[in-house]
Amino acid sequence: MLDLYNIKKTFNLGTINEKQALCGIDFCLNEGDFVTVIGGNGAGKSTMLNAIAGVWPVDGGSISIDGIDVTALPEHKRAKYIGRIFQDPMMGTAANMGIEENLGLALRRGKNRNLRWGITKEERERFHEELKILELGLEDRMTAKVGLLSGGQRQALTLLMATIQKPKLILLDEHTAALDPKTAAKVLELSDKIVADNNLTTMMVTHNMSDAIHHGNRLIMMNQGKIILDIAGEEKKKLTKADLLQKFSEVAGVQEETDEILLS
Amino acid sequence: MDVLAYFASLDPMHFMGALPGNVAQGLIWGIMALGVFITFRLLDFPDLTVDGSLATGGAVTVILILVGVPSPLAIAIAVVAGVLAGLVTGLLHTALGIPGILAGILTQISLWSVNLIILDGANKAVNVDKYSLIVSLRNVSSSIITVLIIAGIIICLLYWYFGTEQGSAIRATGCNPNMSKAQGINIDNMKVLALCISNGLVALSGGLMAQYQGFADIKMGQGAIVIGLAAVIIGDVLGEAIFRKRMNFSIRLTFVVIGGIIYYLVIGLVMWLKMPTNMLKLLTAAIVAIFLAVPYLREKRINSFAFKSKKEGRKNA
Repeated sequence: MLDLYNIKKTFNLGTINEKQALCGIDFCLNEGDFVTVIGGNGAGKSTMLNAIAGVWPVDGGSISIDGIDVTALPEHKRAKYIGRIFQDPMMGTAANMGIEENLGLALRRGKNRNLRWGITKEERERFHEELKILELGLEDRMTAKVGLLSGGQRQALTLLMATIQKPKLILLDEHTAALDPKTAAKVLELSDKIVADNNLTTMMVTHNMSDAIHHGNRLIMMNQGKIILDIAGEEKKKLTKADLLQKFSEVAGVQEETDEILLS
Repeated sequence: MDVLAYFASLDPMHFMGALPGNVAQGLIWGIMALGVFITFRLLDFPDLTVDGSLATGGAVTVILILVGVPSPLAIAIAVVAGVLAGLVTGLLHTALGIPGILAGILTQISLWSVNLIILDGANKAVNVDKYSLIVSLRNVSSSIITVLIIAGIIICLLYWYFGTEQGSAIRATGCNPNMSKAQGINIDNMKVLALCISNGLVALSGGLMAQYQGFADIKMGQGAIVIGLAAVIIGDVLGEAIFRKRMNFSIRLTFVVIGGIIYYLVIGLVMWLKMPTNMLKLLTAAIVAIFLAVPYLREKRINSFAFKSKKEGRKNA
């Protein structure tokens, strides 16, 4: 489904702030895989997601989604294949527009935007049904401006927007990090449900080790722009937090103690 | 004695007599304000092109009428000229990476030269006796009706357009560019498109204004952006006060035009009070500043520490 081949990215090339963020990432994701991505700050997790989403062009390597080479496509063209949720709940929705208008925009991702109405009557009925899944009562406030919603509600709505058009790939970039524990758990549960119901291929970056262990069927750990650990299947099911911390220090070496603290 | 003489010299009939003319002018400026509304409010892009594109609209209209083009067609071509001006600003901003305000200023400055070339001088008159014009200050009441109809059609068109897939994409771009990109919207194209539509409307307004006053002048667009902002803001504040939560998009658009009329009525009032005309621009700026500041200050007062603690004190007393 997703193939990354030797992806390289360096920021601020040739300046004192030069930072090699991705050092030749090779990575494959099968259809229906749900991979969780962990690693310390600056490990390259978000950078990898941004490379896949096409926020900027990569310096080397190739990215293909479902056999289509998207390396040269800009962000808005790749959006056709990718649903995204950001860490900041404010990032994923248009605050001045209504709930149904936001969903209408999301439903047209990857399609030509013509002079047809932004939302049709059938779509409105569909949105009403889909919003019920969130169990937040949003289906009764469909014309309300998104700016009036709480962070958790906005993030749940973004989740629905990212998946309403069944993308080939879902990128969740620490999408629960800015929420309180209860709301975070609820949004995570929703993510699991929607991903499972639609059999979506998913990448989820998280700082929470137990979330990384308990969600998905595969786990990768990143460090200094490289994937240093890749666990799937049965091995992942048996994984514990202690295992992960130990593996981390084994692979990354002792100098990474600070990251260890960050991760735990 | 002087004060008495001053008040005695003010004739209410003068104000009333000037009223229809002010309404007509306000309506024409209101159409320009609709253009400013698109960039300033929907796209969140302070577009300074309008000072230039307004005069371009006037200049193109007058010159074409003078060579025998029927005035509706002349105005239509003026709209195209305005669209091109918007296109230039849009490309300066998106393709060449020039910051929005500067891109607008660059187009505005270059339009000064372009307008001088079009007009072949600083101004050109068009006589209503010789040419058939769709609006003219010789016939104020029919002008008001004509401009009202045009404004009504434009409001309907804008209401429809910004409800379509494309119009929604423009609004999303203005509201949250990151989200728009993630939803597959080409935000550069949307910005250019919105600037084109906006400046097309501004040029339309310029074309009507030139016909109404009977001439096009190189300076007719000076300060237009501030007048446009004044209309947009007055309309917002007023609409919000009257309709509160029931304020929808069509009401907002209507109130932008009403804002233009009110602005001109205030100007008419000031003229009637015999304030020196040199003070007009200063006054316009003051109106905009006040209307922008009042909602902010009110909000700030309600949320201020002093206000909250006073309220708390009263509750505890």
